[in-house]
Amino acid sequence: MTQPASLPIRIEARALSFYYGSSQALHGVSLTIREKAVTAFIGPSGCGKSTFLRCLNRMNDIIPDTRVEGEVLLDGNDIYHSGVDIVDLRRRVGMVFQKSNPFPKSTFDNVAYGLRINASIRKAELADQVEMALRRAALWEEVKDRLEESALGLSGGQQQRLCIARALAVEPEVLLMDEPCSALDPIATAKIEELIFDLKSRYTIVIVTHNMQQAARVSDETGFFMLGKLVEFGKTGTIFEKPTMKTTEDYITGRFG
Amino acid sequence: MTRTMRRKALSGLVVVLCGAAVALALVPLFFVFFYVVQQGFSSLSWDFFSKMPKPVGETGGGMANAILGTLVLIGIASALAIPVGLISGIYLSEYPRTGLASAVRFTADILNGIPSIVIGIFAYALVVLPVKHFSALAGGVALGFMMIPIITRTTEELLNLVPPTLREGALALGATRSRAAFSVMLPAALPGIMTGILVSLARIAGETAPLLFTSFSNRYWSTDLSQPIASLTVQIYTYAISPYEDWHRQAWAGALVLVAVVFVFSVLARVVTRRLERMHHA
Repeated sequence: MTQPASLPIRIEARALSFYYGSSQALHGVSLTIREKAVTAFIGPSGCGKSTFLRCLNRMNDIIPDTRVEGEVLLDGNDIYHSGVDIVDLRRRVGMVFQKSNPFPKSTFDNVAYGLRINASIRKAELADQVEMALRRAALWEEVKDRLEESALGLSGGQQQRLCIARALAVEPEVLLMDEPCSALDPIATAKIEELIFDLKSRYTIVIVTHNMQQAARVSDETGFFMLGKLVEFGKTGTIFEKPTMKTTEDYITGRFG
Repeated sequence: MTRTMRRKALSGLVVVLCGAAVALALVPLFFVFFYVVQQGFSSLSWDFFSKMPKPVGETGGGMANAILGTLVLIGIASALAIPVGLISGIYLSEYPRTGLASAVRFTADILNGIPSIVIGIFAYALVVLPVKHFSALAGGVALGFMMIPIITRTTEELLNLVPPTLREGALALGATRSRAAFSVMLPAALPGIMTGILVSLARIAGETAPLLFTSFSNRYWSTDLSQPIASLTVQIYTYAISPYEDWHRQAWAGALVLVAVVFVFSVLARVVTRRLERMHHA
């Protein structure tokens, strides 16, 4: 396991609060996400961990009637600053969703989507980049003979790895994963976890998970959310073995949630 | 009578009533269809499709110019209504809660309920009056106005059925809102939207009222959009109220062709939907 404290800081949230209309979903969350480490967020349903994750690429912007307070610094610059190009931000901070959401297009076109919209690209180069993204997502061997077939014909686990490949294709710096295994069986889950471990060397990964064992297995640092507050944040080993807060201990030992 | 028997009897009665209602709804359709086929088929000949109308008093001739005219009018209407309807529908689905969206939705619903002859008057005032003569363009515009609300609302409803996670997926890859709408949401909803478009075409193909004082009619072969143009429906109307036996015959043949055109659009709508759906859900 790497030493998280020695890695440089990539993202820093400062007193981040979030409101859906008049109800406050996040209460002044402050934490740091380190480069090329896996940071996991755990907590009961509705605790705000997904909302926090979606604040990191401004995905909540499209929900009407929402409001953000505080700052999120990506490499020291506030992403909520008025001059920020959201399209560029989302290209740098990729996202994989809870339910795999392949486009109703071929496997190739799914992976090529982000490349095509972000730059004009030569056909041969496009094919190379699609292959590379699929290899990084450990999907190439399974789909290389049916790239032109509809992505909706893939299995659930393959679809989720396709979504990861699609996100990787645009070479993001940070990869956000919102409960990426919640709809998958244990074998597909194991594959994705293995993949996360491999991807760590290249990308900064932030993962929200319902599954505490998963957080313990894949992450370097863990944050525990409850009722919109960050209860505890620290090295994964410490959070799971010697949590300082009673609530954290109660949650990870399965006393509630 | 026991309780069970009573319930079974009631159930049987309701099934019979349902069957009767279906039969009642189908009877007029059946009669119209058979009468049109019976009357029209005997008058249908190759001449009908290939020849021009003969001068009054002479028998024979056909409706080649009216068939062409109907196709031209449908073409103009589509060129106007498909882009406007699609884009309005996309707007309604992407920004459903804005004031403009409510206004557009309300207007589309009203427009959908306006009698077609009123639409014709509107097109007359808009296109015919300024140039002081009837034109194919005016007829096409009138029909287009009838298609717009149907296409707008169908597009909106079908886009709303596409999972919003697809939009988020596209946005997360750096797509702009409009890029996501056109490259992901629209293709996903396309089978249904195609059906909507074809249904609206079938509906306007049979319209007469909005054409009477817009495209009017023309005894000659014309492809000039600024001139009056013949259409099957107006031709049928003119021939049917005429005193000539031969024209009545041709009106029936025209009615049959019109029914066939509408039928083709409906079948096409089904075929296209199936095709596209199969492609999307391999």
